[in-house]
Amino acid sequence: MPISRLLQPVPLVGGLVFLGLALVPVIAGLLGEPYYLSLVGRFLVYAIAASALNLILGYGGLVSLGHALFMGLGVYGVAIASHYGLDSGLLHLALGLAACALIGLLTGAVSLRTTGIGFIMITLAFSQMGYYLFVSLRAYGGDDGMPIVYTSRFGGLDLGNPASLYWVAFVLLVALTCWSARLRTSPFGMVLRGAARNAQRVEALGLPVFRYRLVGYVLSAMICGVAGLLLANLSAYASPSTLVWNVSGELIVMVVLGGMGTVFGPVLGAVLFLSLEELLKAYTDHWMAGLGLAITLMALLGHGGLVGLLSRLRPRPAAPVPVQMEGGQP
Amino acid sequence: MSAGLRTEGLVKRYGALTVTDQVSLDIRPGELHAIIGPNGAGKTTLVNQLSGELRADAGRIYFGELEVTTSPVHARARGGLLRTYQITSVFDAFSVRENVVLAALGVREHAFRFWRPMLSRRRLVEQADAAMDLVGLLPRAEAPAADLAYGERRQLELAMALAAEPRVLLLDEPMAGMSAAESAAITRLLASLKGRYTILLIEHDMQAVFALADRISVLVYGQLMLTGTPEEIRNNPEVRSTYLGEEEF
Repeated sequence: MPISRLLQPVPLVGGLVFLGLALVPVIAGLLGEPYYLSLVGRFLVYAIAASALNLILGYGGLVSLGHALFMGLGVYGVAIASHYGLDSGLLHLALGLAACALIGLLTGAVSLRTTGIGFIMITLAFSQMGYYLFVSLRAYGGDDGMPIVYTSRFGGLDLGNPASLYWVAFVLLVALTCWSARLRTSPFGMVLRGAARNAQRVEALGLPVFRYRLVGYVLSAMICGVAGLLLANLSAYASPSTLVWNVSGELIVMVVLGGMGTVFGPVLGAVLFLSLEELLKAYTDHWMAGLGLAITLMALLGHGGLVGLLSRLRPRPAAPVPVQMEGGQP
Repeated sequence: MSAGLRTEGLVKRYGALTVTDQVSLDIRPGELHAIIGPNGAGKTTLVNQLSGELRADAGRIYFGELEVTTSPVHARARGGLLRTYQITSVFDAFSVRENVVLAALGVREHAFRFWRPMLSRRRLVEQADAAMDLVGLLPRAEAPAADLAYGERRQLELAMALAAEPRVLLLDEPMAGMSAAESAAITRLLASLKGRYTILLIEHDMQAVFALADRISVLVYGQLMLTGTPEEIRNNPEVRSTYLGEEEF
């Protein structure tokens, strides 16, 4: 990749944010404030969830207002195993992934028959069903939720340790962002993005849009489940409030704030949203008003969120994407 | 390679309005078959039923030996039944090449590939480039589709259909809104494609239709008035009075 492309505002700011996130454990260590690790660790977890949502919302153009369901399933995968004294991280992960894949497949198969408002409403309905299910499960804490005693252990790695959790989340977020960048121009990504604009046209090219959307939806659900597993270990507590629809809404706001359908957007959006929340909370109980103002401002400043704003800082390059024809990979 | 396309008693109603009224059409393999008719005759509705975007209320559609009356759009496209749209329908956010490569990919393979760029699939890129070259769009391959001029967008639409190696091409007014020079270029292109594909051409440019078509069907108020050679259509008094007027073709 030519250096000039890395010096564009978007990759530059994206890279700086990742660098900053990598330095957090060091700074927390120097300041003797381990609290920062779990604070920013939460940013990372939500950035993973927002990037997962971006697959279906940003690339696919489908507004899912139900992704909290999948984070919740990831959380309860850990919590329920822990309830029975099981601390195997692989088991926790398998439980969360299997639940997300299964529920994602079932709810996706139904909700993807609609688009637009219909899709928003059905995904919302499914996630609320999940919420009330966990509220009513008294054995697993019901309304109050339950503490997680046995955090996820992968061999010597215990995600109950804030530093371990932080680094695992960081590596996962970096990997997810790289994949997201590759996916964008891969055949699968092109089909999802094409269908977001004109699904009928994609069908007419011989591609069954429904199947591609369903696979995208399930992948997105499973990655959200991983975010849930991390969240469970971070807070050592499982509560149905993770599944409440506001969380799905916040994930959408993060994606839109950062830039829908962009690679860095969900990460920047999540970091900005949660930092604003923390900052404003320190000054006022009415932090939501401040956040609302920031979101309104961003909406008024035009499409494309933060990433859109950054890419307008510099005149658009003449060649948008270098096409490797000769000498590229076969 | 090319296949025939046949309908039997095709009917499509919108409420009390019958837009396609017992249409039995027989397009022979390899022929260029034009459908003409006044605005609102139901030409595009007919194409939409052939491509699968609309479900007919009654009647059957045969693509080659296969009945496709209820097959979904993507299955028909995979079988080689490709169409272009009257209202240009390309992906603005993608480059010209990306549009055509996606079309080349769509009918040939699945897109469950999650890592390597679509444009690294060299065989598809070659096929797409050949199609772009055919319509004269290769020099614009890197441009975003959104930046194309109107005529170029129509060319792109055609290149996407050609890249899919169709057996039957449904062309819905490929020359609509084009300049005379652009129209002439498309006419030349279609003339060169004759025989390689079965082509169903819907077009208002009578010069082009009469120059290109092997046979012509006249559609009026959803009904097939007659089908014949350009000569027969030109000399039919009923067609002249209802549609062609007194102009010479």
